[in-house]
Amino acid sequence: MRKLGLACLLAALCLGGGLGGSSARADDFSGLASPQFEDVSASITALAANGSAQADAALQALEAHHLFSGADGALFIHAGEVCQNARTGEATTCPEEGLKPVRVNNRIRKVLAGVQAVRELSAPQPEERIKAAETFYTRHDAALLPALDNALSSEKVPAVREKLMQAHAATVLAQPPAEGAQAARLKAVGFLAEVGGLEARGLLAGVAANVGEAPDVRHAAQSAVSRIDWHLRVWSVLQNAFYGLSYGSVLLLAATGLAITFGVMGVINMAHGEMMMIGAYVTWLVQQGIKMTVPALEPFAILIAIPVAFVVCGGIGVVIERSLIRFLYGRPLETLLATWGLSLVLQQVIRSLFGPTNIAVQTPAWLSGSIALGGLDITLNRLAILVFAGLVLGGLMLVLRRTPLGLQMRAVTQNRRMAALMGIRTPKVDALAFGLGAGLAGLAGVAVSQIDNVSPNLGQSYIIDSFMVVVFGGVGNLWGTLAAAMALGMGGKVLEPTIGAVSAKIAILVLVIAYIQRHPRGMFPVRGRGIES
Amino acid sequence: MNAFSCQSARSFKSVVWTAGLVLLAAIVLAVASLLPESSPLHASAFVVSLAGKYLAYAMLALSVDLVWGFAGILTLGHAAFFGLGGYAMGMYLMREIGARGAYGDANLPDFMVFLSWKSLPWYWCGTDHFAWAMMLVLVVPALLAGVFGWLAFRSRVSGVYLSIITQALTYALMLAFFQNGFGFGGNNGLTDFKDILGADLHAPATRAALLVATGVALAAALLAARFIVGSRFGNLLVAVRDAENRTRFLGYRPDQVKLLVWVFSAMLAAVGGALYVTQVGIINPGEFAPANSIESVIWVAVGGRGTLSGAVLGAILVNFGKTLFTAWLPEFWLYGLGLLFIGTTLFLPNGIMGLWRPTKKNDPEEITPEVSAPEGEHP
Repeated sequence: MRKLGLACLLAALCLGGGLGGSSARADDFSGLASPQFEDVSASITALAANGSAQADAALQALEAHHLFSGADGALFIHAGEVCQNARTGEATTCPEEGLKPVRVNNRIRKVLAGVQAVRELSAPQPEERIKAAETFYTRHDAALLPALDNALSSEKVPAVREKLMQAHAATVLAQPPAEGAQAARLKAVGFLAEVGGLEARGLLAGVAANVGEAPDVRHAAQSAVSRIDWHLRVWSVLQNAFYGLSYGSVLLLAATGLAITFGVMGVINMAHGEMMMIGAYVTWLVQQGIKMTVPALEPFAILIAIPVAFVVCGGIGVVIERSLIRFLYGRPLETLLATWGLSLVLQQVIRSLFGPTNIAVQTPAWLSGSIALGGLDITLNRLAILVFAGLVLGGLMLVLRRTPLGLQMRAVTQNRRMAALMGIRTPKVDALAFGLGAGLAGLAGVAVSQIDNVSPNLGQSYIIDSFMVVVFGGVGNLWGTLAAAMALGMGGKVLEPTIGAVSAKIAILVLVIAYIQRHPRGMFPVRGRGIES
Repeated sequence: MNAFSCQSARSFKSVVWTAGLVLLAAIVLAVASLLPESSPLHASAFVVSLAGKYLAYAMLALSVDLVWGFAGILTLGHAAFFGLGGYAMGMYLMREIGARGAYGDANLPDFMVFLSWKSLPWYWCGTDHFAWAMMLVLVVPALLAGVFGWLAFRSRVSGVYLSIITQALTYALMLAFFQNGFGFGGNNGLTDFKDILGADLHAPATRAALLVATGVALAAALLAARFIVGSRFGNLLVAVRDAENRTRFLGYRPDQVKLLVWVFSAMLAAVGGALYVTQVGIINPGEFAPANSIESVIWVAVGGRGTLSGAVLGAILVNFGKTLFTAWLPEFWLYGLGLLFIGTTLFLPNGIMGLWRPTKKNDPEEITPEVSAPEGEHP
C-alpha cells in the first residue's frame, strides 16, 4: 500500500516540479546518461517512482558519485574494483575508455534530496519520519505538498503527525496567496503561531508584509509575529541569565580561593590568576599523559585532572607561602607587590615551557553538545561548571564548618592573636589556608579550560573580576562571595544585550566602585569592635 | 615603611640635588642633540626621546611616591591620571595636524573621518587652543581624582580595598578608551602628530626644547613635592600614614588631608603624561593597563618609598634596565621585572635610597604600634 502511495506521490512530484521527461526516453535509466541536467533530474524522479531494487541501487550510486555512463547510453556502477551494469545489476567489466561520471549539480542534489525525503516519509521508524518532516518544514517546496498530504492521511503516530502538520502549514504559507486558499492559509498561520521559533517568524512576517494577502490573514500573521517576538525576547533574557549564571559560577570558583587567603591572612594574592592558569595547564598535561598511557580512560581525563590540579596548585601555594609570603606578614601592601612579581615570573615560566600560544585542552564527548530546554540552549560544559562550582562551594563549607582545620581558619580570621593564644599554630593555618586558596584556583583552572582559551595570559583575564567579587562580597563568609559572584556575573550578562559587552563591564566596575564607597567592607563584612574593622 | 616619624628633622636635601641633576642632564642632552652629527658628543633623536620618556615616567613615579610613601595609599591606578593627561595633550596635538591628515579634513581628526562622523564631539571643543588643552591636562584628572578620592576617603575605604578599586578604575578607563564610539581613536589611540605650537615635532630643536621642558617640569615637581612633605602639612600626611585613627582622634580630618595630596598627585601624573605624549608621539588605551600602574609602583619601591628622589632614581633605573633587557633578552624581561618585585619587597624594603641610610631597627620612636601590630589586624 505504502509503496503504491509513494509511486503515485513521485509522479505528482515530477509533474509539480515541472520537470517533463525528454522525448527520446528509452527507459527510466537513459536520462542519466544524457549530458542535460534536465534529463538527469527527470530520470531520477522516474527511477524513484519505479521502485525496483536496480533503480534504488542506481540512485544510491549517483549520490555516492559511483555512477558512470559509457558509450551509447550504457550505465555502470563502478565502486572500487567492482563494476556492474546499472540497469541489470549483472557484474561486468567496465570499458577502459569513454567512461564519464554522471555529473551532479546543485539542482540535481536538490532533486535527489527531495526524493530521499519523500522516501523517508514512508520509512518504518517514526524517528526517521519525523526527521523527514523537519526537512520539509524548512524546504517550503510546493511540489512536496501532495506528498505531505498523503503522508498525513496515513500517519498514525501523533508526534509524527504534529511535525507533518507543521511542515504542511509552513509549505502552504510559503506559496504565494491564491483565490480560495484563504481558510487554509488562516489555519496555517494559527498553526505556525503555535510552533514559534525564528523559522516560523520569518514566514509569518513575510505573510504579514505581503500586500497580495487577504486582510484577515495578514492581521492574524501580524499578531502571531508579535507574539513570537515576545516569546523570543523572554527566552533570550533567560538565555542571558543562564550565561550570567555560568559566568558567575566561574567567578565563584576563581574568587573563593582569593577570599579565603584574604580573609585568613589579609593578603591579596595577585598570582591567584596564574594559579588558575597552572590548573588549566595541569588539565592539559593530564589529558596528554592519559592519552599516551591508558587511552581507554581518555574521556575521564578531566575528572582525574580535578584532584591532580588541586594537589599541584595547592602544593605550589604552600611553597609560595613558606618561601615568600611569610616574610611579609603585617605588610599586606608589600605582599600585593611581591605576589604580582611572582605572577609575572609564573607567566613567563609557562610561556617558556609551553610556548606563548593557546594550547588545545580537549572537551570530552560527554561534556560537549547542548540540551534544548524550551527556547533555551544549555551547553553541557557550562552546566557542568555550574554544578561543579556548587559542589566546590558545598565541599568548602563542609571543610570550614566540620573540620578542625576549618575551625582554626575561622578562628584566625576572626581574631588572630586570640587564636594564637588558644594554642592554634597560626603559621601552619596560614600555610594551609594559602595552599587551599591556590588549590581552589587550580580547580577553577580545570573548569575554565573547558570554556576558554588556555594560554599563559589566562589568569590576567579573570583576576580583576575576581578581585571585584572579593571586595564586593566581603571576606566574612562564603555566602558573600557567592552572592557577589552571581550578582557580577548576572549583572554583566543581563546588561550586555542592551548596552554592549564592554559598556556592561564598565558599568559593573563603576557600580562596584560606587558600592564600595557606601560599604567599604563589602556586602558581608566581618563585624568586630576594633576601630579598624 | 615606617622609617621616619619625625618629619621636621628631615630636610630632603637629596631632593634638591636630584632636581638639579635632572635639570642638568636634560640640558646637557638637549645641547648634545643640537651638535652636528659628526661630533662625537652628538646625541641621536632616539636617545633624546628615550631620555624624555624616562623623565616623564619619573614624574609618574614621583606622584605615586607622594601618595604611597607619604599618605600610605597604595595606588594601583595612577596610570589612569597619566593616561588622561596624555590624552588631553594628544587632543591638542591631533587638532594641530589640521588638514595635513590622511583625509585632509581641516576640522576632524583622521579617525573621526574614518568613522564618518560629521562634527567634533563637544568635549573636543576648544582643544585646538594650547592653553585650553593644558587646562584640560590639569583639570580632568584632578576632577576624576577629586570625585573618586572624596568618595573613597570619606567612607574610609583603605588598604587593600582601596588598591583594588584604583585598579578597577584604570581598568574601566582602559575598556572605555578602547571603544571607537568614545571619541578617542579606539584601539589606535591618538598618533601621527605633526607639530606643537607651530614647531615641527620631529625637528631636533623642538625635541631638545621638549626634553628641557620635561626636565624643568620634573625639577619643579620635585621641589614642590619637597615643599609639601617638609611643611606642617607633610607632618600631618605622615601622621595619617602611620596612625590614621590617632590622627582623627586628635581632631584632624584624615580624609581631607589624603584628598588634597591625592588630587595634587593626580595632577603631577597628568603633567607627566602630557609631556610623555609629546616625546613618544602616541597615546593609546594600553597606557591605562593595570600592569602599567603596578609597574610604576615598583619604580618607587626600587628607588625607595617616601624619599621623592628615590622615585625618580627608580623610574629611570628600571626603565633603563627595561630598554636594555628588551633589546638583548626579550624573553627574560618578565623574569627580571618579577624578581625585581619580589627581591625589592623582601630584601630592600627601603629601596636603593635606604641602602646608605639604614634604618635603626630598635629605635622605639620609629615604629608606631598601630602599624607594627603583628599580622592580624585588618589592613
